[in-house]
Amino acid sequence: MGKKVAFLQGNEAAAHGALYAGCNFFAGYPITPSTEVAEVLSAELPKIGGKFIQMEDEIGAMAALLGGALAGSKALTSTSGPGLSLKQELIGYGCIAEIPCVIYNVMRGGPSTGMPTGPSQSDVMCAKWGTHGDHPAICLVPASVQETYEETIRAFNLSEKYRTPVMVMPDEIVAHMRERIVFPEPGEIEIIPRKAPTVPPEQYKPYDTSFGDVPPLAAFGSEYRFHVTGLNKMQDGFPTTKASVVQEEEERQVRKVEGNVDDIVKFEEYLLDDAEIVVVAFGSTSRSARYAVNEARKEGIKAGMFRIITYWPFPEKQLLALAKRGVKAFITPEMNLGMTHGLVKGCTEGKAPVLGIFRVDGEPINPGQILDKMKEVK
Amino acid sequence: MAFDYEKYIRPGKLPHIWCPGCGHGIVMKGMIRAMDTLGLEKNNTAIVSGIGCASRLPGYIDCCTLHTAHGRAAAFATGVKLAKPEMTVILVGGDGDGTAIGGNHFIHACRRNIDMTYIIMNNYIYGMTGGQFSPTTPHMHKASTTPYGNPDPSFDIAKLAIGAGATFVARGTAFHANQIDKLIVEAIQHKGFSVVEILDDCPTTYGRRNKFKSVIEMMNRLKEVAVPVKAAEKMTPEQLAGKVLTGILYKEDKPEYCSEYQKVIERAGGAAR
Repeated sequence: MGKKVAFLQGNEAAAHGALYAGCNFFAGYPITPSTEVAEVLSAELPKIGGKFIQMEDEIGAMAALLGGALAGSKALTSTSGPGLSLKQELIGYGCIAEIPCVIYNVMRGGPSTGMPTGPSQSDVMCAKWGTHGDHPAICLVPASVQETYEETIRAFNLSEKYRTPVMVMPDEIVAHMRERIVFPEPGEIEIIPRKAPTVPPEQYKPYDTSFGDVPPLAAFGSEYRFHVTGLNKMQDGFPTTKASVVQEEEERQVRKVEGNVDDIVKFEEYLLDDAEIVVVAFGSTSRSARYAVNEARKEGIKAGMFRIITYWPFPEKQLLALAKRGVKAFITPEMNLGMTHGLVKGCTEGKAPVLGIFRVDGEPINPGQILDKMKEVK
Repeated sequence: MAFDYEKYIRPGKLPHIWCPGCGHGIVMKGMIRAMDTLGLEKNNTAIVSGIGCASRLPGYIDCCTLHTAHGRAAAFATGVKLAKPEMTVILVGGDGDGTAIGGNHFIHACRRNIDMTYIIMNNYIYGMTGGQFSPTTPHMHKASTTPYGNPDPSFDIAKLAIGAGATFVARGTAFHANQIDKLIVEAIQHKGFSVVEILDDCPTTYGRRNKFKSVIEMMNRLKEVAVPVKAAEKMTPEQLAGKVLTGILYKEDKPEYCSEYQKVIERAGGAAR
């Protein structure tokens, strides 16, 4: 018997990916173009004894998500741009209190209500810098329905492994297009469980670094009881203003992600071996880029694509290596006004020009635009 | 024998941060007595708060404690309770945290009738930030941001809770210390969302701006304005002017949220947890 195949939308795939990963708690607030995730999970979660709640607002959904996760659940929320803005304070709470959860955000135009609900890729900076203060950020940007399914599973795994909120951010095109999807068998993709404490309850500290940069997390309502706060805290979870402790704890929280970029950063290299022009793209834009690269090759232009799958941490090391190897130019097509463009310029240290193609008019970037830009490269 | 409060206090976490004359400590003691009366298991009890002076309370209590962000206690607690309905969930906080920035979560927790108890310490002021007016600061009273008198009308928290659908609403005061634990016991025993408003005082940021000469004067005011609901039944509207009703103000049996969600699971054919 072959594997189960379906014809699904990106949002539906995300919901099913979450279930494969063991998601048993969803809290959300309706917003187009992400609502299908909530709709699917409102039907599917009760079937497995899981919990679904539609909260009164976006930040309330983020709060319930963190509460559910602290009580031991694997928790997901879904939203889109304006909702991502509204959730930000508590995304920071999830980072400092180190509560694993997954935030699925479909990128539509902005700022504010923008142009609902045309496609966009302009939430990528918000994913890292939206909440105040220094904090770790992991953000995955799938480009197909299959990949949305798989990256949602990976998001749960990364959130548990690094004990931090993780974002999955398809653009609206990926979220709403329908494609063939092949479901993995149960057990085919590894599911990483939460690191549970091994010490007796009286010795448990929720931020005990003797177990490494990612301390084990107990659940409320278990044999362990502990304190959680959004204040800077000591290893026992209680607030502190002691300078050395605050410095060390903040650095550790960032280090647990930044120190593991090789495990987290995922990308695709397409025809890069001899490429002189490298298109750096992600999400639906990478589909246009792939087409453009193929067309360029037919015309004898040595083009290739570096496809970003993990947006945060940004694949700086890989792009710098390409720049150092020697390329004539990077091209960054994106549905925003140059967010990736600036990052690529920053990490390639001026070793090659970086040409941008920016669109914020609610229309996708088409292959012709990218091909034209390639032809500008001298 | 004196009551042993330390049973529920985390070792080494006192003294608390509250000013001399603040009523929050009286409320905390009442809460501890109520927990003891009910024999609440520490591991199975979550105490959840937002931000503000009152919201520091969970740190002192030896349970699963969650000090969240400003106004968000009810929403975090909803997540905990829905994930683990077998837990007893108690929310604590102040008037600004609960009814201004947290107002939306408050009314929706009331509406859902989710089985949690919310103890609101109402001292009519934002104490921690230095005495700005809150949604419960009386009209024309002084706060650091109402130097000419408060132009806003104020919320009646109990009425707000009843209007929003809470199925148990009680009110006490920090003066009537012996009543606090009894109200909280009944609130926790009630199946549904219960609100216990405790009128409290902030001598530091409210009292001194509003011509209270001492904490004793503030406490005496609480004593004078409070009228038990039973006694109020025999009083005329004139006699009740300027008074505040105390005791159990409202009680109703209605379907509880987690029980209703369990029925959703059953209708979906899901496994019971």
